[in-house]
Amino acid sequence: MKFTWFHLMPYRYLPEDFKEKYRSVWVDIPQNLYDPKVGHKLYNDYLDQLEFADHMGYDGLGINEHHQNAYGMMPSPNIMAASLARRTRNANIVVLGNSIALYNPPIRVAEEFAMLDVISGGRLVAGFPVGTSMDTNFCYGEIPATLREKYYEAHDLIVKAWKEKEMFSFNGKYTKLRYVNLWPKPIQQPHPPIWIPGGGSVETWDFCAKHDYNYSFLSYFGYIAGKKVADGYWEVMAKMGKPLNPYSMGFAQVVAVSETDEQAERDYAPHMDYFYNRCLHVYDGFADAPGYRTVKTIKAGILGQVGDQAALRREGLKWKDFLDQGYVIAGSPKTVRERLREAMKSLNCGHLMMLMQLGSMPPELVKKSTELFARECMPYLRDLWSDHEDKWSANPMPAAERAIPAPVQFELQLPKHTNGHARPNGANAETRSAK
Amino acid sequence: MKTTKQLLGGKFSIEMWEFGSGDPLLFVHGAGGLFGVDPFLEELGKTHKVYAPHFPGYGESTGSEHIDDVIDAALFYHELMDELKIPTANIVGHSMGGMLAAEIAALDNSRAKKLVLVAPAGFWLDEHPIPDLFAAKLDEIAPLMFHDPKSPMAQAFGAIPTDFKALEAMYVERVKRFSTASKFLWPIPDRGLKKRAYRIKSPTLVLWGASDKLIPPVYAKEFTKRIAGAKEQQIAEAGHMLPYEQQEAFCKAVNAFLK
Repeated sequence: MKFTWFHLMPYRYLPEDFKEKYRSVWVDIPQNLYDPKVGHKLYNDYLDQLEFADHMGYDGLGINEHHQNAYGMMPSPNIMAASLARRTRNANIVVLGNSIALYNPPIRVAEEFAMLDVISGGRLVAGFPVGTSMDTNFCYGEIPATLREKYYEAHDLIVKAWKEKEMFSFNGKYTKLRYVNLWPKPIQQPHPPIWIPGGGSVETWDFCAKHDYNYSFLSYFGYIAGKKVADGYWEVMAKMGKPLNPYSMGFAQVVAVSETDEQAERDYAPHMDYFYNRCLHVYDGFADAPGYRTVKTIKAGILGQVGDQAALRREGLKWKDFLDQGYVIAGSPKTVRERLREAMKSLNCGHLMMLMQLGSMPPELVKKSTELFARECMPYLRDLWSDHEDKWSANPMPAAERAIPAPVQFELQLPKHTNGHARPNGANAETRSAK
Repeated sequence: MKTTKQLLGGKFSIEMWEFGSGDPLLFVHGAGGLFGVDPFLEELGKTHKVYAPHFPGYGESTGSEHIDDVIDAALFYHELMDELKIPTANIVGHSMGGMLAAEIAALDNSRAKKLVLVAPAGFWLDEHPIPDLFAAKLDEIAPLMFHDPKSPMAQAFGAIPTDFKALEAMYVERVKRFSTASKFLWPIPDRGLKKRAYRIKSPTLVLWGASDKLIPPVYAKEFTKRIAGAKEQQIAEAGHMLPYEQQEAFCKAVNAFLK
C-alpha cells in the first residue's frame, strides 16, 4: 500500500454566509474575498505541510491544477512542484496534474515536467487530467465539444516528445510544430509514470487501460459511493485482459486522525463542513458544460462531483453521516486504519491519495493528523498488496547520487564594508538582513 | 413532411422538415434547434417551399464530428442546397442560425436570393455582453428567451419534466445540441463574421424582437452597417424566440420582405 499526501490548497477564510451570499466558489467568485497577504501565509503553510509529509515518510506529495476559485489555489501546480523538488528529499512529487489541453503548445508540459523530473532526481509522477468543466470550459474558454479530442492530441504529442530520441515534426489538428526537440529530457526513461485523474468519465477507463496508466479516481463521495466507479474501471481492465494490479489505481479519500473518535469529531467536523459547503459550492451552470461529459458517460449514470445533484446528495449530512457513508474516514488511529484497510480492499486500490488538510483546517491540526497517521496507521497498512508490484511509482536516481540543496541561510552574511568598497546593489547589509 | 437526406456518401444523414410549395426557403435553426412543433414554418409553407433541416448533431441528423467551425457549417449548407437542387434560395436564419445564414451568404454570395437574419448571433460588443446561455440553469432559460416568460408558450418551453426518463432524454438532447452549438458560440459568439460580412450581396432583412434579452436589439446595427442595403425591423412584444412568440407578425414581416 502506498500513501500520497494530497493538498488542494483551499482558501481558508471564506465568510460564514458564503453559500447564501454567493452562487459559486469557482469561476465567478468575487475577487474581493481574496487577500494576497493571507494567500502568502497560506501558500507557505501548505508547502510546509507537504514538506512535513515527506519528512514523515509518505510516499507521494500530491498537487493539482485549478483556476479562478477558492477551492484550490494552484493555477500552476508546477510552481509548487518546483518548490517541493528542492525542499523535499524522498517522496514522489505527484503532479495530478497539468490539464494538457490548456497549454499552448502542449509541449510546454513535456518541458516543465522534464525540468521537474531532472531537478528532483527522477521523483516526478506526471498527471494528465482533462480538467474540470469549470477550469477548462468556463475559465479557459475551451470549446466543450472538442476538449477531449484536443486533450488526446496533446497527450500524444507530449509522450512522443519524451520518447523520441530525435527531432520530429508534429502535424496535429490543434498543434502544428515543425521542430519538436525536447531539451531537457526527463531522468526517468522513457518517461515518468503517467497517472490519469478522473472524476468518473467512462472514456478515461479505456484510455488508462489501453496505455497502462494509473487511473486515479478523484471523488469526494468517499469509498462507498466510489466503488461503482472503481468496479467500472476494473471491469474494463478485465475485459481488455489487463492484470488487476491494485497499484494501477489511485483513489482520493478524506482522512483525519485524532486521539479518539470523539476527539476527531471535535477537531475536524467544522472543517469538513467548510469543505463540503463552501469549497464545493459550485454553481450548477458551471458544473458540466454541454458536451464536457460525453453522452456515454451521462447515460452511465455517474454523478458529477459538483453541482446541484452532488450538493443535494450531501444536503443535511452530519458528521456521523459523513462517516457512515464513507465520505470521510476519521477517528482514532485504530478506527482509521481498520476502515482504510476495508476501503482499499473493497476498491482494490493500491495508491491512496489522502486529503488531510481540508477546508479551513489550521496547520496545527493538519500536523497532528499527518503525524498520527504516519506513526499509528501507515505501518499497519503497509503490508496490504505487498504481493503486487508497484509499476506506477517514480523510479528516482539512487539517493547517494542525487544532489542535496544547500541549506537556506536567511541572514545575510557578507562582511561589513568599512573601507568604502562598493556593496552589492548599494544595499546596506544591516538593513537587508531578515529580522 | 419529414424527410431524410444522405450527403457525401453517408457522411451526413440529415433529418428535415418540408412544408408547402413555391419559391424555396431554407430555414437555419438556432442553438436550441427545431422543436418538432414549429408552427411558423408551416405558416411560411403557405407561400414557400420550406426546407428546415436539423443541423448535424440535432434531432436524428448525424455527422457533427465533420464540422469544426462556421466555415465547415456554411459549406455543409452549400452541399445540402446542391443536393436539394436549390443552389439559390431565400435563407432565413434564427439566432445561431442567423450567424450561419450570414456565413452561407458571405462565402458564396449567389446562395441567398434574399436573406433574413432573425436575432442573429455573430458579434460581440463589450458594452452589451450577451448572457451565457451555456451556463444558464434550465429554469433560467425561458426568462432570457421570451418577452413574456409567464405566457403559456414560455412556460411550456421552460418546463422541466418530472419523469426521470423524460428528464434524462431531454438532458441528453440538450447536451448533443449545445455541444454542437459550442463550436460556433463558445465562449464568445464571434468567429470573424465581421471580416466576411461585406461579401453578402443579397437583399437582407435584419429582424429583431424589441425586447430580446439574450441578444439585445442594439446588435442589429452591427449587421446593417456591414451588409450593404440591409434593413432593420423590430417586432414588438417579442423576445429572442420571436418566430414562436409573435408568429403572426414574424411571418408577415418575412413574407412582406420576400415578396
